[in-house]
Amino acid sequence: MENTEKLRQVFAESLEIDKNKVVDSLEYNSIPEWDSVAHMSLVAAIDSAFDIMLDTDDVIDMSSFGEAKKILAKYDVEF
Amino acid sequence: MALDDVLATGPYSLSHDDKQQLLVEHLNRLTQHHAEQCDPYRRILQAYGKDKQVWDRVEDVPFLPISLFKEFALKSIPDDAVVKTLTSSGTTGQKVSRIFLDKETSRYQTKALAAIMQDFIGGKRLPMLILDTQNVIKDRRLFSARGAGILGLSNFGRDHLYVLDNDMQLRADELKEFLATHRDTDILLFGFTFMVWKHFYQEIKRLGLDIDLARGVLIHSGGWKKLTDEAVDNASFKKALNHLCGLERIHNFYGMVEQIGSIYMEGDTGCFQTPIFSDIIIRDPIDWSVLPAGREGIIELVSILPHSYPGHVLLTEDLGRVIGEDDSPDGRQGKYFEVLGRVPKAEIRGCSDTYAEEVSEGAV
Repeated sequence: MENTEKLRQVFAESLEIDKNKVVDSLEYNSIPEWDSVAHMSLVAAIDSAFDIMLDTDDVIDMSSFGEAKKILAKYDVEF
Repeated sequence: MALDDVLATGPYSLSHDDKQQLLVEHLNRLTQHHAEQCDPYRRILQAYGKDKQVWDRVEDVPFLPISLFKEFALKSIPDDAVVKTLTSSGTTGQKVSRIFLDKETSRYQTKALAAIMQDFIGGKRLPMLILDTQNVIKDRRLFSARGAGILGLSNFGRDHLYVLDNDMQLRADELKEFLATHRDTDILLFGFTFMVWKHFYQEIKRLGLDIDLARGVLIHSGGWKKLTDEAVDNASFKKALNHLCGLERIHNFYGMVEQIGSIYMEGDTGCFQTPIFSDIIIRDPIDWSVLPAGREGIIELVSILPHSYPGHVLLTEDLGRVIGEDDSPDGRQGKYFEVLGRVPKAEIRGCSDTYAEEVSEGAV
């Protein structure tokens, strides 16, 4: 739960959107704020917040907030 | 094989017969799809008497001249499904291609590019130097070919540094600091050929900087046209960068915004290698017949990625020749080819060319 909050915070800050907009169904390219430019900042912020280094495939597959949680679980981040 | 499965297969893993069978199956599927969803495309097929939608061989599937994408807004999806519009670079007054992407096509392109890149640099993101200015990605709604190229490649990097400032000057201090921070790892460099040469290589040389890129992998694209005056070709480009900074791994790639994603990377043959989701056909400019390996002609490119626009079979304005197939020393299967320049009288177009003409004609 704590990590879900942390990840929501990272999403909200990187994408510069309201935190309550960060829900599982929030998808890449579905809002103007989450485009390919913002995706780069988001990935960098996730790397740094959780002290991990996402692989290329995971950067590409991270197509929603829900998906991001699943991906982070592979890096031993618990939700 | 479904497209998702193709994308998960090694990008250079199929030899001739298997690859042709795979491609023709997908090209037929796409031809049918576009004929149903894109009215101008169907009318073009009909006008040429090619409105049959199932073909036996890849080379039989009708091609569209790439210039049609400048004349018409060709798309096979409803307007509200467009998530991104790509444009080729063009100077003022010159028409640009407009390529409309939906979520699905955009994802295929990203996946295809990833499969190709990972075959060359592996699956870990590398610290990345972008040999350009951050200005090119400022306009977020409408990506230029240059901006789209940079963003596409950025997925393979981390700790990105744009090496040029807004005035196209080398950020030498930031570059040195970056290299010091990342001295124990491979690093990825990406830029357009002309920019790499003019604003990176020549500046490092002019400033006498000591830059060690022995652990660098440089990926570049954009063509040699603006460098022909200086007699720079692929071989001398590689040699010069190797001498100056110890850079050994340098891969040119060929590709176009009209078929973004399925790029042709330079393999160990020094030629461009075709991945399994795309292919090259060389045509005789007089009778459009298919030319065998070794013969120079007009480049036709096929790709099984375009779903949102009818760009699966395109006749380019470039000349080239196929050098070989399935026998590259690096083990990569598929045809490999070289590009020999533009078809005479074709409208001049290309990212680095445009930059040069807009920004620094006469100054360089």
